[in-house]
Amino acid sequence: MNEIRSQALSEAPAASRLLIADGDIHPAKKGAADFHPWLEKRWRDHIDEYGSPARQGWQAGPAFPKSQPNASRRDAYPPEGGRPGSSLAFMQGQHLDANSVGLGILNPLGSGQGVQNPALSAALCHATNEWQLAEWTSKDSRLKASVVVPYEDAVASATEIRRYADNPAFVQVLMLSRTAEPLGSRKYWPIYEAAAEVGMPVGVHAFGYGGNPVTPGGWPSYYIEEMTGHSQCQQAGLTSLIIEGVFEKWPSLKMVMIEAGFAWAPSLAWRLDKHWKTLRSETPELSMAPSEYIRRQVWWTTQPMEEPEPRAHLEDCIGWMGWDRLIFATDYPHWDFDDPAQALPFRVSEEQRRAFFMGNARGVYRGCGG
Amino acid sequence: MRARVDAPRERDDMAGLPAGSIDCDIHPSVPSVQALMPYLEDHWREQVIIRGIDELNSISYPLNSPLTCRADWKAASGRPAADVGVVGRQALDGFGTSLAIANCLYGIQLLFSEDMAAAFARAVNDWMVKEWLDREPRLRASIVVPVQNVEMAVDEINRCAADKRFVSILLLVMGDTPLGRRHHWPIYAAAEKHGLAVSIHAGSAYHNPPTPVGWPSYYTEDYVGQAQAFQTQLTSMICEGVFTKFPHLKVVLLESGFTWLPAHLWRLTKYWRGLRMEIPWVDRAPGDIVRSNVRLSLQPVDGPPDLASLMKLFEHMQSDELLLFSTDYPHYQFDGTAAMPEGLPADLVRKIAVDNPRATYARLMETVG
Repeated sequence: MNEIRSQALSEAPAASRLLIADGDIHPAKKGAADFHPWLEKRWRDHIDEYGSPARQGWQAGPAFPKSQPNASRRDAYPPEGGRPGSSLAFMQGQHLDANSVGLGILNPLGSGQGVQNPALSAALCHATNEWQLAEWTSKDSRLKASVVVPYEDAVASATEIRRYADNPAFVQVLMLSRTAEPLGSRKYWPIYEAAAEVGMPVGVHAFGYGGNPVTPGGWPSYYIEEMTGHSQCQQAGLTSLIIEGVFEKWPSLKMVMIEAGFAWAPSLAWRLDKHWKTLRSETPELSMAPSEYIRRQVWWTTQPMEEPEPRAHLEDCIGWMGWDRLIFATDYPHWDFDDPAQALPFRVSEEQRRAFFMGNARGVYRGCGG
Repeated sequence: MRARVDAPRERDDMAGLPAGSIDCDIHPSVPSVQALMPYLEDHWREQVIIRGIDELNSISYPLNSPLTCRADWKAASGRPAADVGVVGRQALDGFGTSLAIANCLYGIQLLFSEDMAAAFARAVNDWMVKEWLDREPRLRASIVVPVQNVEMAVDEINRCAADKRFVSILLLVMGDTPLGRRHHWPIYAAAEKHGLAVSIHAGSAYHNPPTPVGWPSYYTEDYVGQAQAFQTQLTSMICEGVFTKFPHLKVVLLESGFTWLPAHLWRLTKYWRGLRMEIPWVDRAPGDIVRSNVRLSLQPVDGPPDLASLMKLFEHMQSDELLLFSTDYPHYQFDGTAAMPEGLPADLVRKIAVDNPRATYARLMETVG
């Protein structure tokens, strides 16, 4: 399974020659020095001496070894060297041009989010944001940036969001799903207040380390369990956002659930509605059934798309969610990349195809034409 | 995903179940620690008094929450479902079921002392035999075990297994470590040896936060989150190879919901295809493993608001053998006797209520005269 198969430019069907949106692209640093223009000497020295640990035990590398070096496609290493995702020119050729990406949302990882030292976390996130402007969005107008926030310090996060309130290169706020407390906790409310104020959706990308085991029954043994478990973390986070009243308080706030699957959404919505109905004396602040908040305020990026056999079962799920809920994403340059030419393995209407590949994204991301 | 706000059903005494139906999840209550005193050893009886040990009532079911006991099943005083006569009338006569499996939810799994957990598990199991099984012939039970210490758990399984009215072993869905982890395997070996199913019920030891992203503010989040805990335990048991090692083991997920199952299997199967090099002993697709070894109780039906969508979900499950009838008595999951969703085809109803439970619990029919 480790051989590299060349992915020749497919003779894509005419419809996929439409420009598409990609809700999850991961730009990478060439090295730590990329951030130095925006990082004080104090923090450069601090990282050199103490590192930047983020609630897991290794000095470098993820808690569970990934399945591939850098969790990346083996064909995504730029010819000039450096990590997959670190070369704009190579990304343009291999992905943006080849797949007709007209709107690409940058979701930088390893950007200081969840770093235990809160001031360092804030400094790294800010450097990441400036780096996105300098190295990416200013060089390719198809790419849009996410305001990476040090979410465990919500006040610092709100400051960072407002700093880019008037900068059209930034189209969403980025959090990770593995927070220290559930996403709806009041601790994080200044983030939602600021995001609603500047009109950006809050994207919640799978991963991160909040200090809690990735299952509520303790630490599992395998990477496959962690990867599968990101879905349960997202479900818990979304449950919390609804029940703790975030959507009730900020009715214009949009949330985008990134890279944790989406086929679980109908079942979670049914379950929430059923038990909210029984237990609603506990949350009298909620004015609607949980599924109604979801319908109004939550979207999902598609990758990694569930792959039932037969594939038509997925069509049932999308029907239950609504074709207006999904934003196509590839996760470039990571190993579990979804290819837009094969993303919809069943017959869909032209209207559904356009919504899935572009229209929904334009409506969600700030200033993208919705 | 429209809101499901049904009008309350009028009480209806026709449960519409076929003869011989089996309820796989009811919850007799320990009325108080006093009721266990005759079954505790001298040392622990003394400890209860000297230390003022309180009721082991877990926050998984707050005593007065609307979910913990349906209004018309509440007792005039004290805990619901604590009287064998009342349970016989409400849970068995009320639905016309022929057998019901008692899963006692007393907070033994929460204890930090393994000795105390073992002592209280013995007391609860002996109390179950004397106060329930001996007095109501339609009852069967699950063995409560001190999961805190696997050797003690296996001792308790071996001790109770002689009584064939114990048909399964009861575990909670959230403990200290995932249930697939190898240190739990002696429990599964004992289950296979004795022909006992392993029943994993909603609830937590609360030794880890009840969500993978920390402690929630509301009980509603805790209860909704049980479904995610079941998903991760299924992942764990499959990935660690429990069913490769114990191919005859039957694992039953109780009060788990079931509508999450297809989507979860799609995701797990996709990653299994990509990452099976990490777990090469898993030589069958996760969906195939579930269809041969895992079952889920019916209630609560976290289902879609319409029958057509529910039927689609059954299609997504790709088997009519997965669900086992349950009322989840006395928890409030439905009104009247409407435990079985209305409109299901008769052959599916029969599978859920009769055939599937019989095929799952090897001991179930051995004790029927």
